[in-house]
Amino acid sequence: MTDMTRRQFFKLTGATLVGSSLGLLGFAPGPALAEVRQFKLLRATEIRNTCPYCSVACGILMYSLGDRAKNAEANIIHIEGDPDHPVNRGTLCPKGAGLLDMVHSKSRLTHPEYRAPGSDKWQRISWDDALDRISRLLKADRDANFVAKNAEGQTVNRWITTGMLAASGATNEVGYLTHKVMRPMGLLVFDNQARV
Amino acid sequence: MTNHWVDIRNADLVLIMGGNAAEAHPCGFKWVTEAKAHNKARLIVVDPRFTRSAAIADYYAPIRTGTDIVFLGAVINYLLTNDKIQHEYVRNYTDLSFIVKEGFAFEQGLFSGYDAQARKYDKSSWDYELGDDGYVRTDPTFAHPRCVYNLLKQHYSRYTPEMVERICGTVQEKFLHIAEQIASTATTDRAMTIMYALGWTQHSVGSQMIRCAAMVQLLLGNIGIAGGGMNALRGHSNIQGFTDLGLLSNLLPGYLTLPGEKEQDYAKYIAARAPRPLRPNQLSYWQNYSKFHVSLMKAWWGDAATAQNDWGYEWLPKLDKAYDLLLAIELMNQGKMNGYICQGFNPLAAAPNKAKAIAGFSQLKYLIVMDPLATETSEFWRNHGEHNDVDPTKIQTEVFRLPTSLFAEEDGAFVNSGRWLQWHWKGAEPPGEARSDLEIMAGLFTRIRKLYQSEGGAYPDPIVKLAWPYANPDSPTADELAKEYSGRALKDLPDPKDPTRIIRKAGEQLAGFAELRDDGSTVSGCWIFCGAWGPTGNLMARRDNSDPTGIGNTLNWAWAWPANRRVLYNRASCDAGGKPFNPARKLVGWNGAAWGGADVPDYKADEDPANGMGPFIMLPEGVARLFARDAMNEGPFPEHYEPFETPLAANPLNPDQPLALNNPIARVFQGDREAFGKSDRFPHVATTYRLTEHFHYWTKHVELNAILQPEQFVEIGEALAKEIGVAAGERVRVTSNRGYITAVAMVTKRIKALRVDGKTVHTVGIPIHWGFTGTAKTGFLANTLTPVVGDGNSQTPEFKSFLVRVEKA
Amino acid sequence: MALQSLDIVRRSATTIPAPQARGATAGAVAKLIDVSKCIGCKACQVACMEWNDLRDEIGSCVGTYTNPPDLSDQSWTLMRFTEYENPKGDLEWLIRKDGCMHCADPGCLKACPSPGAIVQYANGIVDFHEENCIGCGYCITGCPFNVPRISKKDHKAYKCTLCSDRVAVGLEPACVKACPTGAIVFGSKTDMQRHAADRVEDLKSRGFDQAGLYDPSGVGGTHVMYVLHHADQPQLYADLPKDPQISAFVKVWKGISKPLALLGIAAAALTGFLHYVGIGPNETTREDEEAARRELEKPS
Repeated sequence: MTDMTRRQFFKLTGATLVGSSLGLLGFAPGPALAEVRQFKLLRATEIRNTCPYCSVACGILMYSLGDRAKNAEANIIHIEGDPDHPVNRGTLCPKGAGLLDMVHSKSRLTHPEYRAPGSDKWQRISWDDALDRISRLLKADRDANFVAKNAEGQTVNRWITTGMLAASGATNEVGYLTHKVMRPMGLLVFDNQARV
Repeated sequence: MTNHWVDIRNADLVLIMGGNAAEAHPCGFKWVTEAKAHNKARLIVVDPRFTRSAAIADYYAPIRTGTDIVFLGAVINYLLTNDKIQHEYVRNYTDLSFIVKEGFAFEQGLFSGYDAQARKYDKSSWDYELGDDGYVRTDPTFAHPRCVYNLLKQHYSRYTPEMVERICGTVQEKFLHIAEQIASTATTDRAMTIMYALGWTQHSVGSQMIRCAAMVQLLLGNIGIAGGGMNALRGHSNIQGFTDLGLLSNLLPGYLTLPGEKEQDYAKYIAARAPRPLRPNQLSYWQNYSKFHVSLMKAWWGDAATAQNDWGYEWLPKLDKAYDLLLAIELMNQGKMNGYICQGFNPLAAAPNKAKAIAGFSQLKYLIVMDPLATETSEFWRNHGEHNDVDPTKIQTEVFRLPTSLFAEEDGAFVNSGRWLQWHWKGAEPPGEARSDLEIMAGLFTRIRKLYQSEGGAYPDPIVKLAWPYANPDSPTADELAKEYSGRALKDLPDPKDPTRIIRKAGEQLAGFAELRDDGSTVSGCWIFCGAWGPTGNLMARRDNSDPTGIGNTLNWAWAWPANRRVLYNRASCDAGGKPFNPARKLVGWNGAAWGGADVPDYKADEDPANGMGPFIMLPEGVARLFARDAMNEGPFPEHYEPFETPLAANPLNPDQPLALNNPIARVFQGDREAFGKSDRFPHVATTYRLTEHFHYWTKHVELNAILQPEQFVEIGEALAKEIGVAAGERVRVTSNRGYITAVAMVTKRIKALRVDGKTVHTVGIPIHWGFTGTAKTGFLANTLTPVVGDGNSQTPEFKSFLVRVEKA
Repeated sequence: MALQSLDIVRRSATTIPAPQARGATAGAVAKLIDVSKCIGCKACQVACMEWNDLRDEIGSCVGTYTNPPDLSDQSWTLMRFTEYENPKGDLEWLIRKDGCMHCADPGCLKACPSPGAIVQYANGIVDFHEENCIGCGYCITGCPFNVPRISKKDHKAYKCTLCSDRVAVGLEPACVKACPTGAIVFGSKTDMQRHAADRVEDLKSRGFDQAGLYDPSGVGGTHVMYVLHHADQPQLYADLPKDPQISAFVKVWKGISKPLALLGIAAAALTGFLHYVGIGPNETTREDEEAARRELEKPS
């Protein structure tokens, strides 16, 4: 009784005794029974992927809504570790365990945008418009500033007024294609996240 | 990593220094806890802060940031003085017995050949002495005064426990305890692994810190063995892959290198990269360089690359210098650049000195950002109050922001830190109109090609002739590209030993780089990936995790470069006769006719060890270098130089040579030197880092992670907190000579003031994860504070050591 | 009905005995948290929120790594960080995953006045069934570990379910699966005790003479246990109670007050009976409870 306040004593002798004690008197509240939450992945589609954060490259299982039937649009509803993966063996760190919120982040970009010189806002543009205009800008800069020969007359074929930073969380295939597209233009101002 | 994540469990001792694996790589760090649990391994952490890795370490020692070479150099001294080296290993597998040229010298912190004006070395004296036969002269007795052993011993004799205490602030007793533990792995039955990351790379002498640790490992015989190695824990999921694929200023895929502008002759370009052996019967594997190069040229330019045009050598741009990120931003500031493309990269947050980056981007005509998320870089022009106080009307840069898919929405491979290429599968469509990077790059290329085809322009050849064999030219598939970088035969390939036998039919995928040719009959876009998509299919997608030997190599899980090898230099795990040094942890061995075992041998498969071929087959010596020759810019032996912003007035190792205070060859641009702060105004040593709850600048966009660490903070020790009158939870202002941030103060016992060269040095910890876009509370980009100076070899910025002033906000 | 389909062995505020014939023949389950292997990465916190569809507030930094600052209806587990300087003068960063201990003798269940709001399964999991919860908060008072939290959204009590939905289909809890260093493991209680013994031996070999298992007998043992380096001083770990007991309040409630009060209730029931069954117990008790609370929350 020492660690019980007067209010606690009031509470336990008060009205709330009613419900809990009715069972003793035979009034079993049948409708109040409950079940555990349904297991939410029962027929979700399981896809194997790799965590995109650090270079441990943990195996992950992504669960998407629907069974890939034509009329069901896949939507990732849960991500957890791949127990078969030799490195992570199903475990994930706090970033990997939260990947679902990366996929559905409010910051995901959903359409191409353009910011005009001096403007303080984005305007929406189409993909064709964006890629056409970027291609024009790149070509115009390359044509104007391409260095075929250096001061000593050596052939150098380089373009150093435009540069590129390549990704670090994109696939090998993206990296390979990016290199294949950019280097032949003469690009030398070329770097990736390895340095920072 | 020379080894791989799972292999860490084979270690008896784990040294985490220059990194914080528990924080940044928790799932890889699990193998440390496995080594502890099942191998009775001990974990040592040396770090300026008591980190999450230290939380479960057996032994922790603090160190002042930027002084690791002093610590490691003193370990080398300890090992040599106490004769704790693996003798058979160093005698046979390193250059300790090699004799160095006369003329090589080291005095007052500078090596021979220094040009103070150019801040460069003439490296010609940094080499071995060659005999008349063209081979290096050696002295197996180590008696010769100029043999590497004696030079090494002499160089590090200055690195004493007293010097460690004086410069690093690590008390001698702790240093000696750690040195003793490290020395215990000089025996053949004990292995130490070293795990490091940006805590070593992000210094003006970062490459030399890593090199110094590698030298410790070589002396102990810990390279090439299970549970050993130098294990760089790469930061991003595919930064290993992007490095392997050569997306850096001076590289081509597979660590092939672009020609310099003086290399006008193709044959000389190849010859310079295919060195002849420096010792008898060495493999010097780079002698195959032309096979890898020609196969790449065929992948890029197809039929247009011919023997007649030197496989399109003219189409490759020639370097006058390497254009890294720091130089790019400098050139922007000088008004010499017009455009920049940021593909999944947020340089406004990642480059040093945010103000300089803003100024640079503001001078561009156009900036193109491809990203799944709304990065700070894409909004550098937008005013975000105190966190990004710019005037958009004064910024004339056109900005395009292109939404991309992310991992869950695409097929493809990532290369992990252990060099495993692992395939992953798409689970859903990207949101809205977002597109894959493949489609964007292809869309740009096909448009530009069309413009050059229709209107001409500057040197259109390399563009219009580029091979583009994809079924849908606007959207190549991951499968098509993976097959291309792996490689295939263009013609039927006869067996070199028996020309009547065809080993690959035209069109067939190749099994590995040994099948590559330099006659134009093979194609491989990245030779080290050759075989990843082999004749039997996509090996990167393999999922057999069986581990029959129990050593943890899982050779049928995914595919590792090179050649599916899991532990590099594994030949060095055996004695000269080919028997494993430690039979309990056998990787490979010689059975009298061939090499084999639990890994793919890193050696010529049928080479009798009696012939004396060294295990370091990529080097012309065949053995590992303790003397780096000309490979490093600061000198053949790592020497300690203070960070560019140092609390000390002189380098205690070389107090009378002001040129040796900081890295004498580091590149510093004029304005950046002026922006360095001095310890009188900025008395506190700062270091930036990641927290486990966040990933760089990505996860502030992720609600679950924003919940875990919602708001920007900095960590200070209790002594400093008391000194400046700040309690935990109050706000502080951190100022460098380049800007300021304000943040919540985390007052902790985990950062202790250090006693360095007679003065008290407080360390300030600055996590990097906040910015002005995202779901977490907005904050300052931490690089508002950081200085622009890079490592002398890699130009990785010195984020881990600079000066600030902390005060109550 | 659910009592037997879910192997419920105990149910709050109910004295009708549950079916007893079937038991957890392979042993009750347990989660073992090895504090000496914990790096405080909070993967368990994220995995818990992600699996259970919870999102706590994006709060503030208050000068500690413990974030969110406390357990809540959205944070059913939490890392609590303690910087401890041991008598040798060395720093130890003690990081304890806090959350429901799933007591064998659960104080919350005993204290709960609402029928079926708290149940205990044969495998040892103590689960809250919020549809039956009346939000009275007695479970909090009854809990020796201060774990349940009342939601501001719906005034119901929430806590760790030990992922009963996952365990019910044969999976481990989400936090266990995620834990990168294996600081959280899951299995039968006897296996976990054995695992703990191995860990304790290892810790002793590393100089932690007082390493031990935390499986407090005051609550009949728990289905969430800790390996502690300093088992003699559990209070070092963010006030983990040294000898947790069900509070006197609950003992009184079950021991003395209840039989006495029953007499009174029986009388009241004669008049209230028809009305009571017509309305249903849950709603009635909640209204009663809220009225009682208003009355009782006046300063005393």
